[in-house]
Amino acid sequence: MEHDQHRDEPVLNKSVPVRHPGRWISAIIILAFVAVFLQSLFTNPNFRWDIVGTYILDVKVVQGVGWTLLLTVASMVLAIVLAILLAFMRQSDNPIFRWSSWVWVWFFRGTPVYTQLVFWGLIAVLYPKISAGVPFGPELFSLDTSSVVNATVAAILGLGLNESAYLAEIFRAGLKSVDRGQQEAAEALGMAKGKIMWRIILPQAMRIIVPPTGNETIGMLKTTSLVLAVPFTLDLTFATNALANRTYLPVPLLIVAAIWYLVITSILMVGQHFIEAYYGKGVDNLAPAAINPAAAKAAGAGADAQRSMKTDFPEESAR
Amino acid sequence: MTITAEKPLVKIEGLHKYYGQHHVLRGIDMTVNQGEVSVVIGPSGSGKSTMLRCVNLLESISAGRISVGGQLIGYREVNGRLHDLKTKEIAAQRREIGMVFQRFNLFPHKTALQNVMEAPVHVKGQSKAAAQKRALELLDRVGLGDRAGHYPSQLSGGQQQRVAIARALAMEPELMLFDEPTSALDPELVGDVLNVMKDLAKSGMTMIVVTHEIGFAREVGDTLTFMDGGVVVESGDPREIIANPQHARTKEFLSRVL
Repeated sequence: MEHDQHRDEPVLNKSVPVRHPGRWISAIIILAFVAVFLQSLFTNPNFRWDIVGTYILDVKVVQGVGWTLLLTVASMVLAIVLAILLAFMRQSDNPIFRWSSWVWVWFFRGTPVYTQLVFWGLIAVLYPKISAGVPFGPELFSLDTSSVVNATVAAILGLGLNESAYLAEIFRAGLKSVDRGQQEAAEALGMAKGKIMWRIILPQAMRIIVPPTGNETIGMLKTTSLVLAVPFTLDLTFATNALANRTYLPVPLLIVAAIWYLVITSILMVGQHFIEAYYGKGVDNLAPAAINPAAAKAAGAGADAQRSMKTDFPEESAR
Repeated sequence: MTITAEKPLVKIEGLHKYYGQHHVLRGIDMTVNQGEVSVVIGPSGSGKSTMLRCVNLLESISAGRISVGGQLIGYREVNGRLHDLKTKEIAAQRREIGMVFQRFNLFPHKTALQNVMEAPVHVKGQSKAAAQKRALELLDRVGLGDRAGHYPSQLSGGQQQRVAIARALAMEPELMLFDEPTSALDPELVGDVLNVMKDLAKSGMTMIVVTHEIGFAREVGDTLTFMDGGVVVESGDPREIIANPQHARTKEFLSRVL
């Protein structure tokens, strides 16, 4: 029999909470600023919301959004592929791989992306023809550089190669963050080198890699506005600038561009959320994985039978 | 206890290990017969884990030879000269040797079931269905049939270590290495893991167990090896050594752990 006082419902403490006048004051100040700003949005005629409305779905603008997205996705894909390769090379036992990966990062991180874009735009001047053949020997075939590296390709190469240097460092940090024991456990199971990397190390590294890579992708979305340097003239910033110059209304067209960049960024953030949830499996995201229900049931039944016979560890079975 | 067939499965001869100038193993000789449980004890820094890790080449062998099942580990001998094995050949040798780590090293992004299935599917090329069936049997055997869908972070240390044992067994190794398997566990969880290991020993598995569990050595061990300072100080029947150690260093160590 338990003691009487344990059977009564406890009387909950009703203490007086600490007051926070500072919170109220700061909230009032911030809300006042927000109100003034909102009021100006509605009352200041210079915003020209009518012009924003006219151009937000303009064909040139929507095409610009499309090209900006294409440049972002294509250059990020190129950068990610190169970055994985560079990060693997940096970890390699082969000193030539380690060295060339280092030099690549040094060069592409060490020069401005604007300079690199101008350079890719001028590649046909530097190398008018691309030819394959034996060095100092016979030539197998050749192409005009300008026909291969058009403005779009130059823009993607310029953005992608520059980005690969930054991403390579992010991937390297991610790979290094995985506990050494994971590599050893996989090696002890007799897994091949490549499988260890793809199935054990990289999926765990992705937890560390995805957030900064999302950051870089959003950064890339806006860096595409530099492709005028190539020159590439179809992206969102160029399209809205061209319209602004034609109409002499820079402010509403900057707002048009800003709205579209915000919309795309928001969509990218949603995508990043799902990617993070996927790679957070077992660490941040503990939703149990689906297993073959019939087999699990059979195993569970077997375990029940076994447990009913086993009494050594009652607290384990109770859990 | 198990009846040993007196057939040597593991032979360690003149094993030395250097880390730079640091001489960690100073000539280890050891034989483990088929079906035998060989327990290795010794103070920390004595080189017992390093010795174990040399057997599946997680550490390179500086001098000496290790053979498992008559096969030289890590090298090929051609005309009396040693040639390093390729990574792939080393991986093939490791498939025959299961290893259980002090810190479990389960794959955190995979469930218990996926941890156990990983190597059979992606190393041996078994079908997923067959591997899953076998994996569930093994999880059952270690008492975790109902935890198959759990991630390592949802399991206690003792449960994680039992999954790790099931994962190693899934490759059907001929030899199991245990590197202080209970040292990272809360005291009340040690028993579960030791019970699984005892069952495994009874089933005739050849095991090398580096541990501080003297009780396990006495109860399950066929041989006991005491290491200190990178050498084998004393080795023989566990019950005899524990009851009546011959060397001063063994005596001193046992008096501290018993």
